[in-house]
Amino acid sequence: MSSVATDNLPKWVNFGLIPFLNLATAFIVSGLVIWSLGEDPFLAMSLLLEGAFGYGEAVSYTFYYATHFIFTGLAVSIAFRAGLFNIGGEGQAIMGGVGILLAVTIGADLPSFVLIPLAILGGAVFGGAWAAIPAYLQAKRGSHIVITTIMFNFIAASILSYLLVGPLKREGAQSPESADIPDAAKLDPLSDFFGGLGFPEGPANSSLLIALVCVFLYWLFINRTHYGFGIRIVGLNPSAARFAGISSTKVIMISMILAGAMAGLMGLNEVLGVQHRLITNFTAGFGFVGIAVAFMGRNHPVGIVLAALLFGAIYQGGAELAFEMPSVTRDLVIMIQGLVILLAGALEHIYRSPLEKIFEKFNKPSKGEG
Amino acid sequence: MNVALEARHLTKRFGDVVANSGVNMRVERGTVHGLVGENGAGKSTLMNMVFGLYQPDDGEILLDGKTVHFSGPQEAIDMGLGMVHQHFKLVEPFTVLENVILGIEDAPLLGDAVSKARTKLEALEKSYGLEVNMDTPVEDLSVGERQRVEILKALYREAQILILDEPTGVLTPQETESLFEIIAKLRDEGKTILLITHKLGEIMAITNNVSVMRGGKVVAERVTSETSADELAELMVGRAVTKEVGKTVVKASEAILVVDGLCANDDTMHKALKGVSFAVRSGEILGIAGVSGNGQSELVEVITGMRAATAGEVFFDGVLTASSDDFLKADALRALGLGHVAEDRLKFGMVSDMSAAENSILGHQKDARYHKHGLLNPRLITEHCDDLMQKYDVRPPLSQLPVGGFSGGNQQKLAIGREVENNPKLLIVGQPTRGVDIGAIAFIHDRLVALRNAGCAILLVSSELEELMALADRLIVMCDGVVSGEGLPAKLSEKDIGLMMAGHKTPEHSGNVGGRVS
Repeated sequence: MSSVATDNLPKWVNFGLIPFLNLATAFIVSGLVIWSLGEDPFLAMSLLLEGAFGYGEAVSYTFYYATHFIFTGLAVSIAFRAGLFNIGGEGQAIMGGVGILLAVTIGADLPSFVLIPLAILGGAVFGGAWAAIPAYLQAKRGSHIVITTIMFNFIAASILSYLLVGPLKREGAQSPESADIPDAAKLDPLSDFFGGLGFPEGPANSSLLIALVCVFLYWLFINRTHYGFGIRIVGLNPSAARFAGISSTKVIMISMILAGAMAGLMGLNEVLGVQHRLITNFTAGFGFVGIAVAFMGRNHPVGIVLAALLFGAIYQGGAELAFEMPSVTRDLVIMIQGLVILLAGALEHIYRSPLEKIFEKFNKPSKGEG
Repeated sequence: MNVALEARHLTKRFGDVVANSGVNMRVERGTVHGLVGENGAGKSTLMNMVFGLYQPDDGEILLDGKTVHFSGPQEAIDMGLGMVHQHFKLVEPFTVLENVILGIEDAPLLGDAVSKARTKLEALEKSYGLEVNMDTPVEDLSVGERQRVEILKALYREAQILILDEPTGVLTPQETESLFEIIAKLRDEGKTILLITHKLGEIMAITNNVSVMRGGKVVAERVTSETSADELAELMVGRAVTKEVGKTVVKASEAILVVDGLCANDDTMHKALKGVSFAVRSGEILGIAGVSGNGQSELVEVITGMRAATAGEVFFDGVLTASSDDFLKADALRALGLGHVAEDRLKFGMVSDMSAAENSILGHQKDARYHKHGLLNPRLITEHCDDLMQKYDVRPPLSQLPVGGFSGGNQQKLAIGREVENNPKLLIVGQPTRGVDIGAIAFIHDRLVALRNAGCAILLVSSELEELMALADRLIVMCDGVVSGEGLPAKLSEKDIGLMMAGHKTPEHSGNVGGRVS
């Protein structure tokens, strides 16, 4: 009698129509705000789209941001599957960046095909280790992971500042930044790979491919290994995990370490792909956007990629919009992002129950296809 | 005939499901009217409509011959209806008196309200034999006493019609008897009582008339004195019910499970087990009786590797599996051949949002049978589930449907199938037929007996005495974290067991339970 409430809708509604409606609402509300500022909302939207996809470099920027968001989105998603809210993507990404820099500094003389895997390892290990501490505190001491991961973001940011004005500071530099990484560690821009297919020049680099590999591994791990099975059981029903002999301590540790590793790899894009050195605040809040990406993408591999692209487009297009339209400030763009997050993440159920009612009516004659 | 309550053609739908379809029922004033039916037959829906919790889609409810519409329970209470729910709705730290007047304090200052209420409540207690100390906090009361408080609450609100929903589920036989005395007294005083139950013995013992529900309809109305439990069972299920269990004689053999002086805490770190010892042999069903909450759940959890022991030892198949130092987890125990059907299916045994297929490997997720190239293989898992569903008659046989979409009986068949198919040496079963319809109960009992006949040891924990009496070869009774008695079902009367459930040791009981192997 009490059928599962969340499975009343066909897949295309759950993963297509509802996100679309949420997004449309976010843009309508944003449009109203822009209109109230005395600007033309349609022009603003077209500027935003133009800024995100309108010309070669813009597309490359969109993909560059999307790469960040895939990594941080995965970091939220893996933990979420185990029922954990990982707010620490930011700090884990910072420590991952440090690990990447250390790896390429130590192995500076190695050829690319050794050095880059080493950098990947460095980022994953540092990010993972940083997430392991709150995970341990949660698993063994019951300290709430939301609180500890937030705290660890601040600690990581402070450590980075210390390192960049201290041990890792470039000799003679006036700003807090590290020395340049060796050439062998630099990731090639995507235009080098797909230039023939018309991929434009810009900041997007091969770390996007690494991100996509991670998405596939995420899917494989969660759905096809008994570890992933255990993670899902703990996330959905911790008591059943006890019944099945799945150790929730282990699950918390494994899922958080993997989450931290994913966030840590974000540094590949920034440190090896674009800046070619470590700078302060290079994570720029991307770790937090990962939360919205994971929510909007329903923790589904494909969903995460699409949501990352969407947020990449809003980031890039929003920057252009703020530049072209003087009364639309950078803050207003952040507000648009906020609305998307609010409607897609926090309020995603506003369309769900009305739609469920509608589909209940339509579905009566043809039951059993879902 | 003086009809107190009448339902006319009541219909209630939930989405596609018709929970009540054209239900007619007449309850005479001053009688005890029974309402029986399997789980899911629509009894609760009907009562919830009568009590104003649900609005009917069609039909009408008449009180004293007048049509009434309740938009909520308060209106029903105002019209003289009272309901005692299966799960009590009491504020535990409050005294009996405070609980009774909660929500209808009849004076602006609580002191005045309490003293006013005290006189009225005293009179009520006296006239119905519902004795409870008014100033005791509810948390210090026994289950039977709490139930009296619920009845007092309804009477205090001047209920003329009292609905009792499965009132005996948590009572010992003695407490049940005293409840029935109270019910009889209420009836003699002119109150009308509606008793919802699935226990036919109670219907036969106390009711005047009985309505039988099946599939959302009232399929029969009988005068109790003119019917029999067998006829009612047949009406409930829609076919004849056989109760033969077909046990064969199995040679008693070595103990497979030995529990020795086991102590453990519950979730709130209170002592739940205070030195429990017993043994189970291959080829026997050992039943554990007792009112729920006397340590049975904790005992099962320690044996199945879900809870740590604070003292004592558990040996399974000669291996020390739990002591105060360490214990083997559930997956390691399963690998040794210990199966576990959890008493609370959806809390422990199943993940309701996951598909039946994924649930069919829960607890065996590391098993090589479901892996290919080191990865879980959906095809192998689905095949395994399809196979289980066919062998254990799980309906609908859709392996991709989330488990929450199956009925209780079908969930249970899947849970039992999952454990039995792994050929356990010992199967621990908690409440195998709770929330399961009669058809499935027979099926489940057959399976358990067949497993025993094949030489498996079974530890059966149940709060249904009838079930234990029918299935168990030996019986132990638990009360307050200790074994309070033991015996052979054939040689124990319900009264003996009831006394043991209440903690009175039987005269012949001495020391630890027999069958211990050192």
